[in-house]
Amino acid sequence: MNKFLAVSRLKFNNESVETNTSSSQIQVERKVEKLFELFCSKAECNSETPVLYKQNHMTYIKNHMFVLPENYECLDSSRPWLCYWLCQSLALLNCELSVTEKSNVVSFLSNCQHETGGFCGGPNQMPHLAPTYAAVCALCLIGTSEAFSVINRDNLYKFLISLRLPNGSFRMHKYGESDVRAVYCAATVARLTNIYTDTLFDSSAQWVIRCQTYEGGFGGVPGVEAHGGYTFCGFSALLLLRSIHMCDTKSLLRWVANKQMSFEGGFQGRTNKLVDGCYSFWQAAIFPILSELLESEEQRTMWSMYNYQALQEYVLICCQNRYSGGLIDKPGKPPDVYHTCYVLSGLSIAQHSIKNNTCVIGKSENILNKTNPIYNIEESCLEKALQYFKIAGPINYEHF
Amino acid sequence: MDDRKKSPELKSDSSDSADETDPSRNNGCSNYVMYRDRPEWKDVQPVAQDDGPAQVVRIAYSEKFSDVFDYFRAIIKSGEKSERALNLVTDAITLNPANYTVWIYRLEIVLYLKIDLHNELDYISNVIREFTKNYQVWQYRKNIVEMLNDPSGELEFTADILDLDAKNYHAWQYRQWVITTFSNLIENELNFVDDLISQDIRNNSAWNQRYFVINMSNPNADVIDKELKYTFDKIQILTKNESAWNYLRGLLLYSENGILEDKVSTFCTQLYDKGNRSIHLLSCLIDLLDVDVNSTELEDVEKVKFALKLCSDLASVYDPIRRSYWAYISSNIENKYSIKEHDFKIVISNGNN
Repeated sequence: MNKFLAVSRLKFNNESVETNTSSSQIQVERKVEKLFELFCSKAECNSETPVLYKQNHMTYIKNHMFVLPENYECLDSSRPWLCYWLCQSLALLNCELSVTEKSNVVSFLSNCQHETGGFCGGPNQMPHLAPTYAAVCALCLIGTSEAFSVINRDNLYKFLISLRLPNGSFRMHKYGESDVRAVYCAATVARLTNIYTDTLFDSSAQWVIRCQTYEGGFGGVPGVEAHGGYTFCGFSALLLLRSIHMCDTKSLLRWVANKQMSFEGGFQGRTNKLVDGCYSFWQAAIFPILSELLESEEQRTMWSMYNYQALQEYVLICCQNRYSGGLIDKPGKPPDVYHTCYVLSGLSIAQHSIKNNTCVIGKSENILNKTNPIYNIEESCLEKALQYFKIAGPINYEHF
Repeated sequence: MDDRKKSPELKSDSSDSADETDPSRNNGCSNYVMYRDRPEWKDVQPVAQDDGPAQVVRIAYSEKFSDVFDYFRAIIKSGEKSERALNLVTDAITLNPANYTVWIYRLEIVLYLKIDLHNELDYISNVIREFTKNYQVWQYRKNIVEMLNDPSGELEFTADILDLDAKNYHAWQYRQWVITTFSNLIENELNFVDDLISQDIRNNSAWNQRYFVINMSNPNADVIDKELKYTFDKIQILTKNESAWNYLRGLLLYSENGILEDKVSTFCTQLYDKGNRSIHLLSCLIDLLDVDVNSTELEDVEKVKFALKLCSDLASVYDPIRRSYWAYISSNIENKYSIKEHDFKIVISNGNN
């Protein structure tokens, strides 16, 4: 089987001690193995595999852009997220919305903006940092001046200030939880829209670094287990706060490198947990920046320190629903828009893991546009947005 | 990092499974009356969701969902804080426990009506039992327990939830909050952790909790020594268990003057000599050898070469998926000790060829 895969795959060895962890791991490997075998038998007669079913995914995304089925009711307070996931997926697939469609998304997001600042999970709801991050990113991805001008930056700044806690961390919303996601979301929207001030983020980096655990990754708050999503937020937040020197890069690198699964090729979110397609982004996005950091620290050329080929194989062979379109967590799971966005984003990271070059597994047409690993916004959209808000200039902070 | 990841698993988009039932949707009774048909709500004008003219990411709400939220929007608009508003909010939560606006409003009603917070605690316990992985429910519990200033049932409650899934991130995070916020709750925590580790020695959340407990106790050398032995025992049971190895590295952060490193080094060398080739063992050996070397004497040159050999073994045999990582570790050692000539070079393709 291994001869058609980029690297030989080693299975989990339970050393004759079966626990819940080992039995679920072995189950997943069985399913993945079947798909690998199927792929290898195809590869014998067709060297153009694996294929990214772009057209099917595009159809899936476009369908979900307008109406989502009833089982999305649980995301009724995350509707700007839905816009962001879909816009980012389309941007990676190099697919542009029509002028009317863009304007429709903009007008919806503008309806989600709260009069006191920030964005809400849907119209008539209260403002929350997570949909604020999602809405701002979605508007940047749309990239028209109509989209940019929706954001009320004065109010956004007020909203961020209202969530700041004395120790430099942030709440997600009024009475809401405070964790490293909140600092990341706040820092991202502040940088994107050019309203970042040192006062707003005073001692935030000191709080974030307390979330790095003995394992090397970051937890949601100090003391809690290292986790892929929070590690992405913590690491990226430190970059946005220009405080990456605080990070123990050596232990972070060891932890994140070890989250790539020896058999599946995808990433797990925590030690001894199962692979999940979405960590193709959360975990893999750490590497390009980490390589750059080490390159400048150590004054030598650095390479990509994870197996980007095996990651692409996991995504292409195990995470696509060819029939309905859309991408998934792991074999046997149904597609959803969250996984569609982050699996594609992870694939983009993997395809662009060599500086000034690409490394595409399978057909050359599998190539996706490049995403920025800190913001997770497609590069050309990000550049345009940063440029727009740079020209817009700073807001008047005197009345805050 | 987003709410989706934490919300209950989305069900299949395809409607091919006819028996899809959702306990939150049928409420277990067929005589459910829509709010718009309830006489006691006649005085309230429902407020439809203002999606604007654009039709994007519109969710095909069930009739019941729209009905409840139309009335919820109405009471939020009028600011009504009443018994019936509380019941409405309860229904809204059942339909979508991830709607933080509803939770914010619930808290405001509860405070306004001076509802007995013990009843709220019972209520939130039931909701969490049904929706165990959701940010809002745990935050609400935190708000209530903070106001009650009474954590007496919290360890037992989180233990119950962890019994359903011993790696539930929210439950662990909440448990740590309880322990750090209120005093005297940490006493039996190590036993609790020990139980979980014996149920599943690979449960990394339990190992992390162990570290949390030890770290909070400001451990002296004896405590760390005990932990070291504990971890050695667990590694001997399962030598490929990353959780235990990571914990071991965590203990090394307490080391002063290299005393712990010597003990770990002895342990690792014995394991290696017995023929064990766990990737975490080799990785640990490499780091220890690196620390150990302080001159360019012949013996040390051999040590460095051994570390390079381990990197090469990992890259080609034991851990091929991390080949480029091991190439990096190997090149670090080469650079640090200026050893250019050796037999353990790891060649990596740059993907271009």
